[in-house]
Amino acid sequence: MREVAIVGAGMTRFGELWKYSLRDLFVEAARGALESAGADRLDSIYVGNMSGGQFVGQEHLGPLCADHLGMAGVAAARVESACASGGVALRLAYLDVASGASDLVLAAGVEKMNDGADVTAVLATASDQENEVYHGITFPGLYAMIARAHMAAFGTTEEDLAWVSVKNHRHGAKNPNAQFRREVTVEEVMASSPVAAPLRLLHCSPVTDGAAAVLLCPLSEAKKYTDRPVKIRGSGFATSTLTLADRENPAVLDAVQLAAERAYKAAGVGPKDIQVAEVHDCFSIAEICCIEALGFADRGRGGQAARSGMTALGGKIPVNTSGGLKSKGHPVGTTGVAQAIEIFEQLRGDAGERQANGARIGLTQNMGGSGASSVVHIYERGF
Amino acid sequence: MAGIVGYGAFVPRNRIKSEEIARQWGKDPAVIQRGLLLKEKSVPGFDEDTITISVAAARAAIDRAGIDPMRIGALYIGSESHPYAVKPSGTVVAEAIGTGPEIHIADFEFACKAGTEAMFVALGLVESGRVDYAMGIGADTSQGAPDDALEFSASAGGAAFLFGRDNLLVDVLETYSYTTDTADFWRREGEFYPRHGGRFTGEPAYFKHVLASARGILEKANLKASDFRYAVFHMPNGKFPLSAGKTLGFKQEQLETGWVVPQMGNTYSGSSPTGLAAILDIADPGDLILITSFGSGAGSDSFVLKATDLLPQQRGRAPTVQSMLQGPRRYLTYGEYAKYREKLIVND
Repeated sequence: MREVAIVGAGMTRFGELWKYSLRDLFVEAARGALESAGADRLDSIYVGNMSGGQFVGQEHLGPLCADHLGMAGVAAARVESACASGGVALRLAYLDVASGASDLVLAAGVEKMNDGADVTAVLATASDQENEVYHGITFPGLYAMIARAHMAAFGTTEEDLAWVSVKNHRHGAKNPNAQFRREVTVEEVMASSPVAAPLRLLHCSPVTDGAAAVLLCPLSEAKKYTDRPVKIRGSGFATSTLTLADRENPAVLDAVQLAAERAYKAAGVGPKDIQVAEVHDCFSIAEICCIEALGFADRGRGGQAARSGMTALGGKIPVNTSGGLKSKGHPVGTTGVAQAIEIFEQLRGDAGERQANGARIGLTQNMGGSGASSVVHIYERGF
Repeated sequence: MAGIVGYGAFVPRNRIKSEEIARQWGKDPAVIQRGLLLKEKSVPGFDEDTITISVAAARAAIDRAGIDPMRIGALYIGSESHPYAVKPSGTVVAEAIGTGPEIHIADFEFACKAGTEAMFVALGLVESGRVDYAMGIGADTSQGAPDDALEFSASAGGAAFLFGRDNLLVDVLETYSYTTDTADFWRREGEFYPRHGGRFTGEPAYFKHVLASARGILEKANLKASDFRYAVFHMPNGKFPLSAGKTLGFKQEQLETGWVVPQMGNTYSGSSPTGLAAILDIADPGDLILITSFGSGAGSDSFVLKATDLLPQQRGRAPTVQSMLQGPRRYLTYGEYAKYREKLIVND
């Protein structure tokens, strides 16, 4: 397998972008990635997208995206793994280059969620229709059950959950592309509207429009496009049971753990080597479970990480310097690629006010559903 | 110069509190009151509809003007809840207030701005000299589906404005309209409750049109926010008009007089017109007043108005908006409310 580098990145602002259609969003992000690398051709395109069909009535995104980029003819397809769609698109693009099949590949994610669809119902299609949705469960409900399980097993508190939101909003306030560029206090989080006990509004990521794209090529050719490439050292992908109730322990995200083990093995590094990470905080409890599964915190101890400052900028391992899904926004199929862009910028030293000092190795973790699929990537400064 | 020679408003005395509606649906009343800034809303009785509200408001307007109603040459009613789909509300109102048959009548519909629409056309006919007096009314018994956010706001009431050329209570200095095709809120033929695009009704609909219309008229009239004593913006909830006003540079004290929504609710076509009536109830001669409506679909009308010396002399001839908001009230349970709003299915 060839070594692979990210050489360009582009993304839209995240938010309620009423004036932009799905194709507008894709084109803006993709053009940004191509222009930043001075590239004018592609061998293939992988577009992460959870549910264009239900959100805006548009499937068959491969040709749509290639065509609107002015590149009809290029091999292009949509990749779907619920909220992990973007991360899986990145993995397929990575494998495409690593295998030697393609030399210049775009990994993109796009989601247009604000267009009138019943978002909660659309998102619920990522859980088990027969075993979960049929009984009325929604994603806030599933993650509320994960939170309850974590609280019961490890004594995690509502305040621990609140600190995750406080930290991520503090980071997001420094991100010009974030949907919510403002800080929140623990008191505000604890007083926000209940959504599914113990989760409140400010524990939940928002409904977001946005797109992101990164350009991949063999590391040996990276200098043609940039003098500061970022190498992808490893990629790990795993699944778990689709139904939360079928897991051995609902407080443990085993697919995340498995994907992380595979990525660490491929990269030849361990959790202690990671200096900055973007993890899938679709709900505050998710960040707590994910940092445990990734090995940043011991099992059951993730609840204290945000409060203690360990995962804040300036801490031992800054997590979600972009603001995470909570503050930056969560256009579901885009998220995995947007996470890669944050780490790309961090390792190049381009993250401005949210720069993690001297980071050389970073990680992204993206997941679908209640953690039924997860993909982890590990990156290293390539210059 | 043409302007307002009489005005009047009407708000039914039945009320329901936000907390009573919240309780019915298991919602937290504190969250509703904090989020929408709504305390209670007016509810029409069995014998109250757009026509009766219009008649009450129109009579008050004629009383303040002190003119013979037979001299009214045009009467327009803007509403989302005309009792008939086919047959005008205006004909009933005209006969009830003692005018006609030599009168031009039309019912208007433009979601929540149908009232200012009626005022706009009435003013134009008077300015042109086609008629001596013309009445524009905005009135509604607003619809909101049970368990929809609209249920906390959709209320009943309205205001009437009589335009003429002499003995003006209020000069109309400038008008402005701003309209685009924006489907943020709608009700199809035969449907009972409106549907809406949730958060799409905010930035791309309400704020886009209200801000553009207000900025447009300020530029056209060469005025700035600080020149005005009062301003009123359409009130779909408590928050939007205050937010729009502050964005435009208006201060709380300029906004609070016309901001009747926390106690009255959103009377749709009657919303900003009733807020304007509440301002005219206390404005001093020479005060500048801005009104900007908003109707989904979508558009806004703005008027720059100036109170004359005659306003304080004439306004005591009819009840004020506050006398109806603060006066005798009857608080309904959700069950009574459901009965009055015909939300219960009964056999004939």
